[in-house]
Amino acid sequence: MKFLDEYQNSELATKLAHRIANHTTKPIRLMEFCGGHTHAIMRHGIRQLVPETVEMRAGPGCPVCVTATIDLDKAIALAWLPNVTITTFGDMMRVPGSYSSLQQTKAEGADVRVVYSTMDAMKIARENPKKSVIFIGIGFETTAPTIAASIIKAQQGGIENFHVLSCLKLTPPVMKALLDSGEVKLDGIICPGHVSVIIGSRPYEFIPADYGVACVISGFEPIDILLCVGKLVEQIEAGQPKVEIAYRRGVKPQGNRKALELMGEVFQIDGANWRGIGIVPQSGLKINQKYEHFDAAKVFSGLLRCARNDKPVREPKGCRCGDILRGVATPFECHLFGKVCTPEKPVGPCMVSSEGACAAYYQYGSAKIFGNF
Amino acid sequence: MPKVMCLAIPMRIASIEGDEAEAEVGGVVRRVSIALTPEAKVGEYVLLHTGYAIGVIDEAEAKETLKLLEEIASFSEIS
Repeated sequence: MKFLDEYQNSELATKLAHRIANHTTKPIRLMEFCGGHTHAIMRHGIRQLVPETVEMRAGPGCPVCVTATIDLDKAIALAWLPNVTITTFGDMMRVPGSYSSLQQTKAEGADVRVVYSTMDAMKIARENPKKSVIFIGIGFETTAPTIAASIIKAQQGGIENFHVLSCLKLTPPVMKALLDSGEVKLDGIICPGHVSVIIGSRPYEFIPADYGVACVISGFEPIDILLCVGKLVEQIEAGQPKVEIAYRRGVKPQGNRKALELMGEVFQIDGANWRGIGIVPQSGLKINQKYEHFDAAKVFSGLLRCARNDKPVREPKGCRCGDILRGVATPFECHLFGKVCTPEKPVGPCMVSSEGACAAYYQYGSAKIFGNF
Repeated sequence: MPKVMCLAIPMRIASIEGDEAEAEVGGVVRRVSIALTPEAKVGEYVLLHTGYAIGVIDEAEAKETLKLLEEIASFSEIS
């Protein structure tokens, strides 16, 4: 068993889709929270496999996309400070800030480096003791514990020139914000698999209880997603919404205790600024007082204010990323999509990031959706 | 390595040294951190996310799910 091939069987996928069609009696709308799910759904043509009555909407689960422009502007301002090296996941490089991108900033001479892991960023810090190495900490609960672990390791190893600009965000609070806004009516949520490896299934329990919305945690292979959609349809048809795990090989109800413990050691819950949504209370993580010497926002706060010089934040004109992240619009409803805005020349972050809904719809969507098989 | 951040790929732990391990998938070997999964053992599969094992795959649950899927598949053949 490799835990991959078994979940990519097309014959089984067709049977599962057939079963979903047999159990559906009314139109329903599901949201896949996670950008990884959007990507898999489009890549495997799952929107075409499930009956037309099952509508699937992308949600705000793309870490690059939900990073507010002001946080990107801060990262770029930090890059221009003397003796600073910026380290970041690759997807952030091309995201446009108000006036520039990290890629452009690098081209203009700032020291900006792409890393795969916080461990790589720490290695750069260790090898360059005279530079301040700042990691742009984007991500959800999946990534937060890896950043916590790196900060603890930096503390233990005395790597004092390693810093993190925390833009970390939390999943259940933003789900609550979307449901409270009432902008998009949902019957069920495909809950993120790898966020749930960390937090478990319990933090979602308020969703069926308070909002009557079904929740099923899904893995990322096509069979996983179809199994999840099948369970959501069953719950919705029975009128009995609850939280279920359809990704049992990875997710336990209690989550990963060690990861949660490390997150609790390093971070405290704070409000967070989400692109297209705004500031959502209790939906972010900031580095706590004990580890504040690793907190780039704190250590460089004065310099950062000067460097940014209060330049106003500008959003890309005509871009509907915000609406798409809230599930209010699909990429096809954006006038820029596929015309002005393409993966080669992206206008907004949803087209830049490989996890962004626009990138996934562009890459895999048009051929199948427009019947060009 | 994939760029998709939510993604965590299953890799098999080949050897362990402190809070780090050598993990393997399809012949590719990577040095990974097991700081978040101290319970991981050699031979087990972990979900790897940005260089960290974030969870150990439960083989018994995986088999159970596959059994369930087979049942669904055979049932839908009849119905």
